[in-house]
Amino acid sequence: MKIPTLLSLFAACFVAGSANIEENVGQFFSSGHTNNWAVLVCTSRFWFNYRHVANTLSVYRSVKRLGIPDSHIVLMLADDMACNHRNPKPATVFSHKNMELNVYGDDVEVDYRGYEVTVENFLRVLTGRLPPSTPRSKRLLSDDRSNILIYLTGHGGNGFLKFQDSEEISNVELADAFEQMWQKRRYNELLFIIDTCQGASMYERFYSPNLMALASSQVGEDSLSHQPDLAIGVHLMDRYTFYLLEFLEDIHPASKANMNDLFKVCPKSQCVSTPGHRTDLFLRDPGSVLITDFFGSVRKVEITTETISLTDPIKQVEEIAVHGEQEKETYSYVDQLPVSEIIHQKPKQKDWHPPDGFILGLWTLILLVFFKSYGAKHLKHIF
Amino acid sequence: MGLLSDPNRRRALINLLTRLNAPICAVCYIAGVAWFMGLAFEPFTLRTYMSENAMGSTMVEERFPAGERALATGREFAAHKKRAGGMPVDWLVKTMQSRGLEVFTQKFSRTLPFPDENKERYMVKGTNVYGILRAPRAPRTEALVLTAPCSPGDDNNQAVGLLLGLAQYFRNQIYWAKDIIFLVNEHDLIGMQAWLEGYHHTNTTGIDWSPLQGRGGSIQAALSLELSSDIITSLDLVLEGLNGQLPNLDLANLFYAFCQKIGVTCTIQGKPCCPDHDADGNEASQRPTMGGPRAFFTCHHCWQVRTNDFSFINQILKLNNLLERLHQSYFFYLMPSLSHFVSIGYYMPAFGLLAVILLLRALDLWVQLATPPVRTEDGIADLEQSSPEVLSVLTPLVISHLTGAALYFFPIQFQATAVEHFPVSESEAVVLTAIAIYTAGLALPHNTHRLLSGEGVEQDWRVLKLIAVLYMAVLLGCTALINFSLGFILALTLVPMAAFITPHRPKVLSAFIMVILSPACTLLFLVFFFQDLQEIPVSFEDGWMLFLSVISQGILDHSLYGSLVYPLIALMVYPCWLLFWNILFWK
Repeated sequence: MKIPTLLSLFAACFVAGSANIEENVGQFFSSGHTNNWAVLVCTSRFWFNYRHVANTLSVYRSVKRLGIPDSHIVLMLADDMACNHRNPKPATVFSHKNMELNVYGDDVEVDYRGYEVTVENFLRVLTGRLPPSTPRSKRLLSDDRSNILIYLTGHGGNGFLKFQDSEEISNVELADAFEQMWQKRRYNELLFIIDTCQGASMYERFYSPNLMALASSQVGEDSLSHQPDLAIGVHLMDRYTFYLLEFLEDIHPASKANMNDLFKVCPKSQCVSTPGHRTDLFLRDPGSVLITDFFGSVRKVEITTETISLTDPIKQVEEIAVHGEQEKETYSYVDQLPVSEIIHQKPKQKDWHPPDGFILGLWTLILLVFFKSYGAKHLKHIF
Repeated sequence: MGLLSDPNRRRALINLLTRLNAPICAVCYIAGVAWFMGLAFEPFTLRTYMSENAMGSTMVEERFPAGERALATGREFAAHKKRAGGMPVDWLVKTMQSRGLEVFTQKFSRTLPFPDENKERYMVKGTNVYGILRAPRAPRTEALVLTAPCSPGDDNNQAVGLLLGLAQYFRNQIYWAKDIIFLVNEHDLIGMQAWLEGYHHTNTTGIDWSPLQGRGGSIQAALSLELSSDIITSLDLVLEGLNGQLPNLDLANLFYAFCQKIGVTCTIQGKPCCPDHDADGNEASQRPTMGGPRAFFTCHHCWQVRTNDFSFINQILKLNNLLERLHQSYFFYLMPSLSHFVSIGYYMPAFGLLAVILLLRALDLWVQLATPPVRTEDGIADLEQSSPEVLSVLTPLVISHLTGAALYFFPIQFQATAVEHFPVSESEAVVLTAIAIYTAGLALPHNTHRLLSGEGVEQDWRVLKLIAVLYMAVLLGCTALINFSLGFILALTLVPMAAFITPHRPKVLSAFIMVILSPACTLLFLVFFFQDLQEIPVSFEDGWMLFLSVISQGILDHSLYGSLVYPLIALMVYPCWLLFWNILFWK
């Protein structure tokens, strides 16, 4: 007698469990992205800009560690540090003094090196307008479910960023490039981090949805470097990226740290400059955005022995509004071909309107002339 | 309409100009001198800063490990030098080779135009020894030069020892991006000149040298070591150039930055860098003819600084980081102290105010020449205004310049004749001939007038003075641009004289003042003043001997190194002064 009870209990559990998994499937697909990309750009060259290359390579290392593979990272560096004649430790780039960490290593894959790091190439990578002969490793093959991390570092000013001592990219160009990406549905969400002097000016002009931006200093402030190394003779890192990395060291693929923690990185006491961020264009609340949504490539894995049929469309779990805020209205895609603006059609008027003034005046004139010439007695013929 | 085209206004302006000419000139002069004095103070001086990005980061070597060995090498060098009686070439070659450098030698010889009494040499023959440390990974396109002159006697042995020690230390490092050339030159400046000419394949001064076998890239910077003793208490920076050229200010900034980091006392041209020594610093920065041309490298677009420095490895390291020639910072500046500098935009107005006096005078003369003369009292106007005779103006010009040319050529050409007839040595003969020709020029006006057929018209001296004033303005302007100190000192003494000399002044007094303000006397006073500044005041006889030696050095520097001070004074400033002398004695 017990066995059927047990069996029925088991069956009940199974049913309950499977029902549970069916419910949880919705939660499984809750975040909007399915793949992660990173575009890491160092815009300086020459030996005395060692720290910019070290910045970029350190972020590259973290991003790889958290799961984004090389095929999904576009790394643009001048790459003239490791083999520079002045490098006392050839084939290395250190990010910490006392040479604790060699971020160059032996498996770094630089996609755009030397003089290929130009404004044009950067914008082409972002917008995808590359010649057909470009190899896959140099392309940003993102789709509308990609979360992209973009990291820029170098020398900047109010509204511009200097590329390799010969050209500049302005904040307007960057904002337009992101708008192109949005229109071509090349990203789901985008995190933009910039570590330059007056970095906040670069995200002032953004106007596309789903962009979140962080900068190391406000307009009018300089971002400072962190520490010189006496043996190598140059500054190894910038402050903001140094503390950013200290923060990222504690992140592992399963961590639940969110963007609000990232905004707190490097306060003014440590950074001397005031880091800034911008979240007004971002759809979700930053508190619910995980760091690994951008920095890592987290594959959600749930192990089950059940078979789940996915015939019904998956209902996305509605997010619980935090702090009782209203849900933001969903953005829709911009109308690609606004016909009504192109062909200036007048709307059909449904109500009766009196005739135009001109017609009225014309008829009045005709009538006056008629009666003047022919006299009023003919009026009766008309009415 | 315009200020100058409206005749009434123009006349009013011109009246103003002629009436107030003398007061305005006086005010300008005082303003110019006051501006110059004020250059040492706050609004004009700026703190020095590094302009070159590549030299921004610092690499500090904590300790030079081979200090003791460097001293020992220095002593060995001294011993070999004594044994060889000059430069121990073989020992140097062997030592450099053992340190892993590519070693080459260069022979040179030169006969001076007359024996140099200060350094006691006449026919100079020597050998330069240099070793090249090739950059381990870089192409051989750029080079840095470290030199230590090999002086006779016991001077500077430690410097050579230090040089060799550094060569060994540098050989073990892998981060050199440029070739480093370690040069030991004999007969300091002549050897250096020979080496540089050989390196750059030019021959401007007539030194005979053997071609260089080995070469590095183009020279970006050079440092010269001179150590006076084993124990270093302070570092001195000497920034002098040939013909007033200065190295890029970044080089001085580099030196200063390291001094601050290391915490050693630093001086510039022997003066400590305190803000109190401002006025003195100003005067000391003008050394027109003296203080020989140490930085020949400036002629070849690379920069040299002479330091008595022990731990300047860091400077070399920073220079290693250079990507291009030093070009970011100033080339025209004055340094009242090591931490402050005055740029050309601030110090030029001082000279400009003095030049304005000359231009005002010229305008005044032009106006006087243009207006007809006032009718004489008895009503007989001088209707015939004969145009100024070209001959009467041209003659003084030609004769003055001929005298200048004589002053330039004769002392050296005729020293042999002079030695035959007078019991003096060659260098004395040269100098005394120069002074004699200079004084003979004073007698010229009488002879000039004998040449002229008629009497000069009253107007002619005005034309001559106009030409002379403009000539002087251009001359002093160009000199001040290249060598501000020289230009300014000459302007200080010559401009007041030029402005106020007319034939109508009291002759004796004016003649006396003119002689006092002539270039030669200016030089004499400067000699005494300079000695005063150095805090070694001299008696009159010593001062006079010093004055004579300065003249002979000037002539020698011109023929040996191409210094332009002597030709400038002899061929241009002196004739200009003679013109004014002629005007004073116009009949």
